[in-house]
Amino acid sequence: MSAFRLLVQRDLRLALRQGGDAAMVVGFFVLATILFPFGVGPEPELLARIAAGILWVTALLAALLSLERLFQADWEDGSLEALSLMPLPLEAQVLAKCLAHWLVTGLPLSATAPLLALLLQLDAAGYKVLVASLLLGTPTLSLIGAVGAALSLGARRGGVLLSLLMLPLYIPVLIFGVGAIEASIGGFGVGPHLLLLGALLAGALPLAPLAAAAALRQALE
Amino acid sequence: MPAGRHTMLPAAGFAGIDLACRRGERLVFAGLSFSLAAGGALVLTGPNGSGKSSLLRLMAGLGRPEAGVLSWDGAPVGEDPPAHRARLHFIGHQEAVKPLLSVAENLAFWAGMRGGGDVGQALARFRLAAFAGSPCRLLSAGQRRRLALARLLASPAPLWLLDEPATGLDSDALDDLQAAIAAQREAGGFVVLSTHTELPMAGAATLCLSDFAARPA
Repeated sequence: MSAFRLLVQRDLRLALRQGGDAAMVVGFFVLATILFPFGVGPEPELLARIAAGILWVTALLAALLSLERLFQADWEDGSLEALSLMPLPLEAQVLAKCLAHWLVTGLPLSATAPLLALLLQLDAAGYKVLVASLLLGTPTLSLIGAVGAALSLGARRGGVLLSLLMLPLYIPVLIFGVGAIEASIGGFGVGPHLLLLGALLAGALPLAPLAAAAALRQALE
Repeated sequence: MPAGRHTMLPAAGFAGIDLACRRGERLVFAGLSFSLAAGGALVLTGPNGSGKSSLLRLMAGLGRPEAGVLSWDGAPVGEDPPAHRARLHFIGHQEAVKPLLSVAENLAFWAGMRGGGDVGQALARFRLAAFAGSPCRLLSAGQRRRLALARLLASPAPLWLLDEPATGLDSDALDDLQAAIAAQREAGGFVVLSTHTELPMAGAATLCLSDFAARPA
């Protein structure tokens, strides 16, 4: 267990010293969201109607943006090869790297979202559910994304390939994330949507590390 | 070789029997066997592309041999990969050094992943103690190499697999490396390394990979 913590700690330390990664993700989230009022016009009713969708789609793209680097740096400098020879199973290492990735992307995204929701005139009833759905949904994005990041290792223009691979798989998370917010604004129960988001996370938690570790072994051979 | 040879694995030590390796479409080497007893050293020589790195990677469990079997104390290593990983150090061409972490942090991470070890002493043995707090992006190529080699001493493991460990080392560091290898062998460890430079070691077996180059049929 301490090797797991050590790996999370190292990835967090690298991300914080780099500084750029987390700031870039949040910066992209903010800027892309701000573009919408310019594009569709500043009518509060219209913005309020589409706020949930805008926030979820831009958060999803922002998370995707940083995924390319999840294994890339370790692969390039030989760390991935060395890591694969450590006693801690590769599956657990993938989980550790996903946790670190979520802490520097998904968590800040969930924290920034209410401020942007204010800008988009999101109905007051939706705020709590917005944060809850992002907190439940973004870990799934990191986990599923890890599979894509592992599969696209070594490919030229891996970032584009990663987007093509991952965006279709992100659709369920998007549907239930936005669905939860809309339901709370409309006065319906949010339970089923959040439960389904939780189910996606519960499924991705064991399956994504298995798949990503298999892809990494392939890349290392 | 007689049929059923895999039942005739050496009872002790690290051995490979009738190994073959394929890279893409090309059979790099075939029919390669070796065996090492405790304290033994094996030096891999041969021209570029003869399969030295491929053989070391097979020994580390990164990839499967096309044919043949590797054994440790009589048991095929493929049967228990976690146990094999726990007993080996593999230092490849790349140093696996993070430029943003300090020298001590880098080494402490790798030692910690294997359950911890004496980082300060390992740094001192490779003359890096003075740089312990400085970020690795400031290190020269030779210093990064020494930091990678310090992983060998920071956490003990019986089997060392070193791919061209002498690359970029100055004469002092070469002496340090030889001293480390000698100490490892004295303690009953195993060392397999590939090299192009002269790295004198007492009683080391030499395996020239070009002797096992697969002939086109």
